[in-house]
Amino acid sequence: MINNRLIVSSSPHVRSEETVSSVMLDVVIALTPALIAAAYFFGFRALLVTAVTVLSCVVAEYAWQKVNHQPITINDWSAVVTGILLAFNLPATVPLWMPVVGGFFAIIVVKQFFGGLGQNFMNPALAARAFLLASWPVEMTKWVDPFSNLPLLKTPDVISSATPLAILKGTEAAGQTMPSITSLFLGNIGGTIGETSVLMLLIGGLWLIYRKVISWRIPVTFIATVGVLTFIFGKDGFFTGNAIYHVLSGGLMLGAFFMATDYASSPVTPKGQIIMGIGAGIITSVIRLYGGYPEGVSYSILLMNIAAPLIDRYTTPVKFGEVKVRA
Amino acid sequence: METKLFSFKGGIHPNYQKQLTQDKTIERGLVPDVVRIPLVQHIGAPATPIVKVGDHVKMGQQIGKANGFISANVHASVSGKVIAIENRAQIGGVVPTIIIENDGSDELDDSIKGYWHLEDLSSQDIMNIVHEAGIVGMGGATFPSHVKLSPPKEHKIDTVILNGAECEPYLTSDHRTMVEHPEEVVWGLKVILKGLGVEKGYIGIENNKPDAIQAIKNVCNKEQNIEIVVLETKYPQGGEKQLIKAITGREVPSKRLPSEIGCVIFNVGTSRAIARAIKLGIPLIERVVTVTGKGVKVPQNLLVRIGTSFEEVIKQCGGLVDSAAKVISGGPMMGIAQGSLEVSVTKGTSGILVLTKDEVAEMKPYPCIKCARCVDACPMGLLPLKVANTVQAGELDMAMEYNILDCIECGCCSYICPAKRPLLQYIRLGKAKIRSQKR
Repeated sequence: MINNRLIVSSSPHVRSEETVSSVMLDVVIALTPALIAAAYFFGFRALLVTAVTVLSCVVAEYAWQKVNHQPITINDWSAVVTGILLAFNLPATVPLWMPVVGGFFAIIVVKQFFGGLGQNFMNPALAARAFLLASWPVEMTKWVDPFSNLPLLKTPDVISSATPLAILKGTEAAGQTMPSITSLFLGNIGGTIGETSVLMLLIGGLWLIYRKVISWRIPVTFIATVGVLTFIFGKDGFFTGNAIYHVLSGGLMLGAFFMATDYASSPVTPKGQIIMGIGAGIITSVIRLYGGYPEGVSYSILLMNIAAPLIDRYTTPVKFGEVKVRA
Repeated sequence: METKLFSFKGGIHPNYQKQLTQDKTIERGLVPDVVRIPLVQHIGAPATPIVKVGDHVKMGQQIGKANGFISANVHASVSGKVIAIENRAQIGGVVPTIIIENDGSDELDDSIKGYWHLEDLSSQDIMNIVHEAGIVGMGGATFPSHVKLSPPKEHKIDTVILNGAECEPYLTSDHRTMVEHPEEVVWGLKVILKGLGVEKGYIGIENNKPDAIQAIKNVCNKEQNIEIVVLETKYPQGGEKQLIKAITGREVPSKRLPSEIGCVIFNVGTSRAIARAIKLGIPLIERVVTVTGKGVKVPQNLLVRIGTSFEEVIKQCGGLVDSAAKVISGGPMMGIAQGSLEVSVTKGTSGILVLTKDEVAEMKPYPCIKCARCVDACPMGLLPLKVANTVQAGELDMAMEYNILDCIECGCCSYICPAKRPLLQYIRLGKAKIRSQKR
């Protein structure tokens, strides 16, 4: 009798095909071009560091959930995304134990301590990067030029080269010449594994927007704000800044498209996302132009992460029907 | 060709699946041996039975009388003998139902006579005829039409909109009605305009129904005061508030009625029913039902007598496939899943949708990842994730602050959620709790 096996449940009775896994997989796909660029410029060691980071994140997630008798969710790809993003924030020269420490910190301390997927109030990859940078500043800033033939397993013993922003800032690397804009755009410069190739990051970022995984709001406002502010507040007076270099370097693309758009730690309201982008742009510019560090993308995002719940609270959208009643 | 498509903010683009039935001509359904006619087929008070067991009734004869102003008359959809009046499980719950054994003669009741001449009828006449005929909103909301035709005096109505959006996936009953009976649909609009004393009428149709747009246009080409508005195909374009916004740019204020901003909306099927009530005097005793979905062997559009069981209707469509798992009254977004096939087709049954096992596989809800897709999809500008979260946490005050009561229950949030969270279910729960607290 058919009546006995009819399913009764609440509407809607159809759902979109998108799942958490498919969304995360899209992010992995979007990060792949930049990973290929990293392998090309920094060699197999970049791939190895990435693999170790990803593996650490996945193992950390598995271990935490196993120990706490929680459902194992490593096949949702979210730990993989965190792993790739963390690796992208490390120099290719780091000793291999460091991504392991970073991966565990990102997943256990930043993500699981606060309730797991969707509950972390900071971007796990960025928080782990900040933790590593504070703990091992030398190893974390040992930049190498592209095509340096890094040894695969041994920690490379190299002299750090300067990043374009450091040169721009004129602090530690005074006298070195700036790379060309083409080099910046393609990624043929020193830097962390995943931040150098603007072209490849843009391809990935546009893919995410095209697939509607992220909206344009955060990346566009973030990048535009940095461009405008670094141009206005130039070293040689107003409206003399080198905006193009600022926009194309220092992980801004990586941060704007992939880190600031982290779902859990960014606002959910449309207006809030615009505030997030502009806010992160302002803080990045202030750090780069007037702060002690040459680079400010990570800290700006982390600071805005903390403000995100507050931003959401005060940017609740105007609901439909919030209009004056006609007399 | 199309210049600007009219639309609203938010919404989703589900898989419409209209191709199953959109080109199928409306077929006359077989009339069953027994009809079971619920006395509640509308929003408002149940109708009172005015026949007794054993009475012989004729087709179109009134058998249930509207109980108060917001209620609707109910008529016999066949001629025959009343064999029982009892409470039965119907689409919306257990309701008093009149069961008539069909004598097969379809003998029309003597009271049925056409009026034909619209110019001879006053607003009051029109209201009375529509009231007599038991007409209610046939798009699914089932609000009594005569109530809409007599808005409070202080509401100055200047716009009448016919809703031909049919934004629910799968359903094509309105679509086929517009293609096959455009003159009746438009004539119904003229009746409504006259009844309300309004100049301007609009007919809104989504652009995925070009043949319906063309058919209506052909009928309207000499009507100066009727405008056909081509709408973007997007769910819930046919939501009352969304449709008014798309066509007039006006926003129905929160917790208010469309008539307060001068608008009255009728479904195109309702308009046709009104036309037939005026022209022929036929009360609402049959309607077009789209029987569709992978779970039905031969999907089609059927003209079905009110009170026919789902089982009979499905049988006429070749029956269910083996993997049929869910039978829905209405569309997949807002329809109601039925636990039994014995329920009757009512005035508001626009479709019977049967989904198969693999289409309704249980989806395990995942934690919210705060992707904000529900925020972009909500046509009411709410934050569904926050509303649902506050309900889940038992914080009904917060849920009120997040405007839970403005939710129109369209289901866009649940549909779009990649974590497969039952957001709308939480919101419904919250609304029910708030309502019971108020009592």
